[in-house]
Amino acid sequence: MEQIYDLLVLGGGPAGLAAGMYGARARMKTAIIEKGRPGGQAATTEDLENYPGFGRGTTGPGLTQAMADHASSFGAEFIKDTIVSLDLQSSPKKVVGRKGEYLGKALIYALGAEPRMLRVPGEGKLRGKGVSYCATCDADLFEELEVAVVGSGDAAIEEAEYLSKFADLVSIIVIHEEGKVDANQVSFERAQQNPKLKWVWNSIVKSVNGEELVESITLKNIQTGEESDYPVNGVFIFIGTVPLTEVLPEQVQVNPQGYIITDEKMATSVEGVFAAGDVRVKYLRQVVTAASDGAIAAVAAEKYVHETELWEKEVLKAQKPVFVAYYNPTDMNGTEKVGIVDRFVRANNERFSLVKVDATRNELVGRRYNFNLDKLPMLHVFVNGEVRQEVAEINEATLEAISKLL
Amino acid sequence: MIEVNKDNFDNEVLQASGVVMVDWWGPKCERCLELMPHVEELAGKYQGQIKFCSVDTSGNRRLAIGQKVLGLPAILFYKDGQKIDELSGQEIAPEDVEAKIKQYAK
Repeated sequence: MEQIYDLLVLGGGPAGLAAGMYGARARMKTAIIEKGRPGGQAATTEDLENYPGFGRGTTGPGLTQAMADHASSFGAEFIKDTIVSLDLQSSPKKVVGRKGEYLGKALIYALGAEPRMLRVPGEGKLRGKGVSYCATCDADLFEELEVAVVGSGDAAIEEAEYLSKFADLVSIIVIHEEGKVDANQVSFERAQQNPKLKWVWNSIVKSVNGEELVESITLKNIQTGEESDYPVNGVFIFIGTVPLTEVLPEQVQVNPQGYIITDEKMATSVEGVFAAGDVRVKYLRQVVTAASDGAIAAVAAEKYVHETELWEKEVLKAQKPVFVAYYNPTDMNGTEKVGIVDRFVRANNERFSLVKVDATRNELVGRRYNFNLDKLPMLHVFVNGEVRQEVAEINEATLEAISKLL
Repeated sequence: MIEVNKDNFDNEVLQASGVVMVDWWGPKCERCLELMPHVEELAGKYQGQIKFCSVDTSGNRRLAIGQKVLGLPAILFYKDGQKIDELSGQEIAPEDVEAKIKQYAK
């Protein structure tokens, strides 16, 4: 029989690695599926100075490798494969890769995002010929040359600084008016002190030009409408990201930009499927928030797996009809009513069994049998895995009446 | 795999007869480091059918630009001193490299 993982983590960036570490440490049988080397986008950033506890001198590849080792040390397995499709309806859930199929009771989708393209003429053709989305990869090829950076967010400003260690001149093409950038103020102020950086305001890129290599870009001033040819040897594009959701089935809800919608426990619209990191709708996309998402998702996934297994065993696959009493432990009246059910089932223990559920804590029942938490206590009678009776008013007479029906 | 640099590129690649594959990489290029073991494996598998070389672009920057390599990783194929094909500018999967090798292997 194929082995079934408790937790399958899709993606080996900071979110996936943190999820794998938390999952494995909680003794779940955990695997992280990653097509390449672990690290994700963070591994393509050389200077990483805002991960708490790790200041200047920390590198993206260094930190993410440490995260991967940490996950391994608790027993998380690494599977090197490219994910082709997902079946979230089956139980357990199925991940189809190029090399094999993997089964998991819970899934954390952490495939991240990739750089957004400008979508202008010449960009695709000259990719790798001066057009780049990764300063760390290509910067040293541009020593003594002149490059442009497109964008003004944190990534654009920080990578421009990195590029200035190699290139003679780095022109930053900013769509906003002079003095306005999307990056944080600290990075911006430092960048303004850098003599190798040149700021080109109010401008967008209309095309990337060159035969075999990038020779220039065509800029348009959005205030005057004027277009000009701007000679550069390379153009680095940092204008945000797009989520990697090609293999995500339609039943998982996303926002209009394609990012996965989750609640604060990282749960998606599909039971047992969680999302973490850059791929989900969130305010701040950083290594530290990705790691945080991963931790939350793994803890929520563990609770899900535990609750599902217990429910399956004690309720859905029980031999006898099961009385499930939902209650709120802070409500004294409710716990007394549960006492009535308790005594009744004990008196008839050859016919029935009892499961008590703290409905304020159990997420599974709230999700599957959506009932009003204000109307606790409440009773469900399950026969062969299905709700046969629902009882809002619990008393001896009702219980007797039900037992005659079963 | 033969380590090639600016001094022996001419001799090992351009003057060589038959097909030569050159893997251009850099020590800070994560995707290059990821791809490298696969390329080495392929070099073993197709040994003798194609000549396999690699260039560390750090220290051989002008050579790279001269060969129109401005993005890493890049895998270029040469035949009798002429560039005949290349993989560059996108994510390069080991399968893509093998497909090209098969195409040019004798």
